[in-house]
Amino acid sequence: MIRLENLTVDLPGFCLREINLTVGNGEFFTLLGPTGAGKTLILESIAGLLPTSSGRIYLDGRDVTRVAPENRGIGIVYQDNALFPHLTVKENITFGLRYHQKNGRAPGKNLPLLIDRLSLEPLLNRSVENLSGGERQRVALARALAVDPAVLLLDEPLSALDPNFREEIRGILKRLHTATEITVLMVTHDFAEAHFLARRAAIIHQGTIEQVGYVGEVFTKPATPFIAEFVGMKNVFPAVFHQDRAWVDDLCVTLSAPVNGSGKYIAIRPEDIQISPEKFPTDSPNAVSGVISGIMNHGFYSEIGIKLADIRFQVMLQSSTFVQMKLSNGAPAFIQFAPSAVHTL
Amino acid sequence: MVIKIQRKFDPFTALAFFSSTVIIAFILFPLIEMATQPTLADLLETIKDPDVIQSIRLSIYTSGAAALISFVFGTPFAYLLARHEFVGKKIVESIIDLPIMIPHPVVGIAILSIAGRNHWLGQIFNAVGLRIMGSVTGIIVVLTFVGLPFYVNTVKAGFEAVPTRLEKVSRSLGASVTGTFFRVTFPLAWRSMVVGMIMCTARAVSEFGAVVIVAYHPMIAPVMIYERFTAYGLKYSQPVAVWLIIVCLVLFLLLRIFSVPKKGYA
Repeated sequence: MIRLENLTVDLPGFCLREINLTVGNGEFFTLLGPTGAGKTLILESIAGLLPTSSGRIYLDGRDVTRVAPENRGIGIVYQDNALFPHLTVKENITFGLRYHQKNGRAPGKNLPLLIDRLSLEPLLNRSVENLSGGERQRVALARALAVDPAVLLLDEPLSALDPNFREEIRGILKRLHTATEITVLMVTHDFAEAHFLARRAAIIHQGTIEQVGYVGEVFTKPATPFIAEFVGMKNVFPAVFHQDRAWVDDLCVTLSAPVNGSGKYIAIRPEDIQISPEKFPTDSPNAVSGVISGIMNHGFYSEIGIKLADIRFQVMLQSSTFVQMKLSNGAPAFIQFAPSAVHTL
Repeated sequence: MVIKIQRKFDPFTALAFFSSTVIIAFILFPLIEMATQPTLADLLETIKDPDVIQSIRLSIYTSGAAALISFVFGTPFAYLLARHEFVGKKIVESIIDLPIMIPHPVVGIAILSIAGRNHWLGQIFNAVGLRIMGSVTGIIVVLTFVGLPFYVNTVKAGFEAVPTRLEKVSRSLGASVTGTFFRVTFPLAWRSMVVGMIMCTARAVSEFGAVVIVAYHPMIAPVMIYERFTAYGLKYSQPVAVWLIIVCLVLFLLLRIFSVPKKGYA
């Protein structure tokens, strides 16, 4: 279990403010946020590799705030895997064993199992210099887990990998966690990874945590405009609310339920908006017309900007549908969205 | 078939080529002339001279000692500079570079001014039987003074090239600060220490101005070359200089070969 209490880290040019977080025993928890949000700093504070200004860090109920990193019992895997280049694969994996002999039982008992699970047997005597990205990350995982840590910290373990290796390591992480039930705290900026691996997530932005919750919940009910955009709701507008209506400038948007005054923004996913070059036959409460301003082709799908007065909607469309519709920049277009597609925050 | 790319005359490439040739010639021409002017007989006779052997041996010994002292004291210091940020770090780094900038005789004078009988430090030296003026100890002190910056700067760069993440991972796996240094940092940075010691020794071997003030005797090779030049002229100083260069070249070559990366990493 990991518990952070009012953790504050002051660095020149950046600070983490009063981070409070609890990761349960055996949980796979992820810290989500854009690059530079302070995710790695939280990880390194837990590992004791960064001086903290105030607050407390507990691992399995033990206050480790002032404990040296080598006595904390954590494993860490970095994005660039940080393998020791002067050692072989085997020497890398067994690096930490000699420091864990005093715990009563022989260290490295789980080693054969780890080597088997991570398919490292054929690599053991190789130099780490000419391994592929996926192999390197497997070695890094084995090295961290070989000392049987209470907590595994993962710093964007998939970000630097080629797409095919990424899927492989992602699957391995999932299987390893299910098999070992180790407490995992993973840092990532990729929501899809979080979705696949983690149960709960915390969203961190500019050194503070903005939301903690189940991954699906964060995805559907973002707490702040920043998180809404982070989880892909590209249409976030400040709004004034009155019962089941929201006004964005002069545009009146119908909501699925009345809002009790606390809302400040509406957010709509770009894939939840329908677009057509002609007026929609049915009379949806949220149907408006505008002018196409900006088309971005992303391969399988296209992103289309629709401008009405000062508001710009972003709509996502399958590229094939987009071609059929013959939409072009500057042409008039009609959009509509269901009241249930409008999120309020 | 060979396809030739037509090259237009480019004035900058021509200028670059011209200046490179001038610089290489400027460095090599005097050295080659000096090395080839003495006859083989001169060279053989010179190396039989016990004074010459003695002076070259003393030069190598004192410079090597300076490099060893730099290794012992300079390595932890270079690590500190490479790994830690602290108030006044820029000032400390400038202090390290001072011996490079100070005129050489001034170095000698500065060292003498703390070693004399009128200074408390000199009195302590005297009490424990350490003599700086006109002694091998004095020469080593001077050579360490001028050679240290070369060692510290080289090794600092070597430590900086070792990613801090490797040290962090080592700590997380249970190694202490010391354990991490000897199992991770040192194996990855020791080549820079060899290079640093070569740089330090090279600088020390070439020192004349500071040594001549602190210790004219016992005579190191540069002082002997100078003495032969002023007393007997060019012809008598050249063979000693050639021998000094040969001995140093061989030593540095050996060190370089010894520290060549095995293969794989570095």
